Amino acid sequence: MDTIIQGNAYVLGRNIDTDQIIPAEHLVYSLSDPEEVKMYGKYALSGVPIDQAGLPEGGIPFVEEGCFSSPYTIIIAGPNFGCGSSREHAPFALKVAGAKAIIAESYARIFYRNCVDGGFVIPYETEHPLNKTVMTGDELSLDMENNTLTNLTQNVIYQLRPLGDVVNIVQAGGIFEYARKNDLMASSEA
Amino acid sequence: MSQTITQKIFARAANRKFVDPGQSVWLNVDVLLTHDVCGPPTFDIFKQEFGPDARVWNPEKVVVLPDHYIFTANEHAHRNIDLLRQFAAEQGLPNYYDVGTERYRGVCHVALAEEGFNLPGTVLFGTDSHTCTSGAFGMFGSGIGNTDAAFILGTGKLWEKVPDSMKFIFEGRMPEYLTAKDLILQILGDITTDGATYRAMEFDGEAVYSLPMDERMTLCNMAIEAGGMNGIIAVDTVTEAFVKARTSKPYEIFTSDPDARYHSMYRYNVEKLEPVVAQPHSPDNRATVRSVAGTPVTKSYIGSCTGGKLTDFRLAAKILKGRKVAVTTNIVPATVLVASQLSTETWEGQTLRQIFEEAGCNIALPSCAACLGGPSDTVGRSVDKDVVVSTTNRNFPGRMGSKNAGVYLASPLTAAASAVTGKLTDPRDFL
Repeated sequence: MDTIIQGNAYVLGRNIDTDQIIPAEHLVYSLSDPEEVKMYGKYALSGVPIDQAGLPEGGIPFVEEGCFSSPYTIIIAGPNFGCGSSREHAPFALKVAGAKAIIAESYARIFYRNCVDGGFVIPYETEHPLNKTVMTGDELSLDMENNTLTNLTQNVIYQLRPLGDVVNIVQAGGIFEYARKNDLMASSEA
Repeated sequence: MSQTITQKIFARAANRKFVDPGQSVWLNVDVLLTHDVCGPPTFDIFKQEFGPDARVWNPEKVVVLPDHYIFTANEHAHRNIDLLRQFAAEQGLPNYYDVGTERYRGVCHVALAEEGFNLPGTVLFGTDSHTCTSGAFGMFGSGIGNTDAAFILGTGKLWEKVPDSMKFIFEGRMPEYLTAKDLILQILGDITTDGATYRAMEFDGEAVYSLPMDERMTLCNMAIEAGGMNGIIAVDTVTEAFVKARTSKPYEIFTSDPDARYHSMYRYNVEKLEPVVAQPHSPDNRATVRSVAGTPVTKSYIGSCTGGKLTDFRLAAKILKGRKVAVTTNIVPATVLVASQLSTETWEGQTLRQIFEEAGCNIALPSCAACLGGPSDTVGRSVDKDVVVSTTNRNFPGRMGSKNAGVYLASPLTAAASAVTGKLTDPRDFL
């Protein structure tokens, strides 16, 4: 796993639910067929009302019309990111679009589990309301060894909350990789 | 050491005497639930990780209830049903309820209860956030994603953090104008959409135990709207009578110790509460119906796992009897059983179906339908700037289809009263 993730910020508000991350009508596509998978990139974050998309100004879609991936790699958001339905299609769609990490004030439980156990995007938490200071398009550098975020555009460094217990699953790349390493794949009834 | 019900269920499933909130444990799973949206990707991950010839850990414990995108011409949705059918046949799953056959049931959380899968003291995980509905049966139920579900399919277990518990006590006698939906919307307004994140929400008090199972399920169903890991109500004679009428499987009853530790406690007197709605675009955006009465609506929707059970339709019928709806009103029974009960249950000499038909409602086939928007041809899906009064559980932007629509979450009484006037209306105006 790379310990530094560098890229441009995409800034969102609070309570971004999974219907905004990937609207339910698109959940019919396969998550394994390479051609159909592209549709998840195309529609990632397409449910966010346009005035709330790409803060502080809004009006910036995460994925441009006609494209299948996003120019933004780090999502910055307020509290309760990923609330709503259990659809794993949500962190999957963000990954397909090219996102590598999210930095939010807090997460809904199922979305957080899905990010970690599926190994899709890395969900960092922060005590700072970063979505009030970081601007969409700012160049960021996330240092996972030191748990810091540097805003290279604004020349500021923020301390992030360490990943805690789940760091081992994140480093392994997901629950299956973690379970194989730790001999946890046997059935409870075997 | 004293424990809450949820802790005791975790302890049993983790083969321990005691578990502490905050501690992560491996739980042995009693039932895994999945449906047509999350089943196919779950099965894909299972095969990829455990091998193409792998067998599920226990076919009896896997329940597959397609319910999301059923009555649609969408070919990809049909393919998902084919994938469920294929996996169920290959693995010999006895609890697959196939679409287009007599086994089809409808909305999974309601069907689980009807089919006797909800057993006190057990652990249920499901690939749907509203799996917490089953907590009404004194059991643990919680939503998970496809990867976690695939892990359970192969191993029968999953890691979970023992939640802190919050207690919500409802005292007093339920007035006839108040429903479980009003109680949970009241709580959501007080604690907001992340007020219970990673926690158990335990509901207690004489008003809760006066409710039928349908209503208790409505309370637990919306624990997830506060971010809760699970909702839970202790077992009483009502629960046991319901369970024993549907299954002979053994179960264990757990209760919270009197001195169990809670994160927080909330007390309400139901006689002082009023009918409420959650205004667009969040389930915690509470207002009393009276304070927003007169707001024009374009549609009324009575359906879903939280608002499409027999009790919900009995309540709606009380108001719709002998009246006409002023806006498009969709009646969407959660399951085939509920749909059939509309033709057998009566109110003042008429069946519920007759009452709804004479009022001018559209009665749809049982499925999740427009609760979550769905494919473009879904019954009741919101369009353009629709303003919908709905008995469903979520109203974030775009939830029922159109990004420009607004959804008011309401009780079946409020949804029915508003259907009659075409404006948000307090049910007390008709009762």
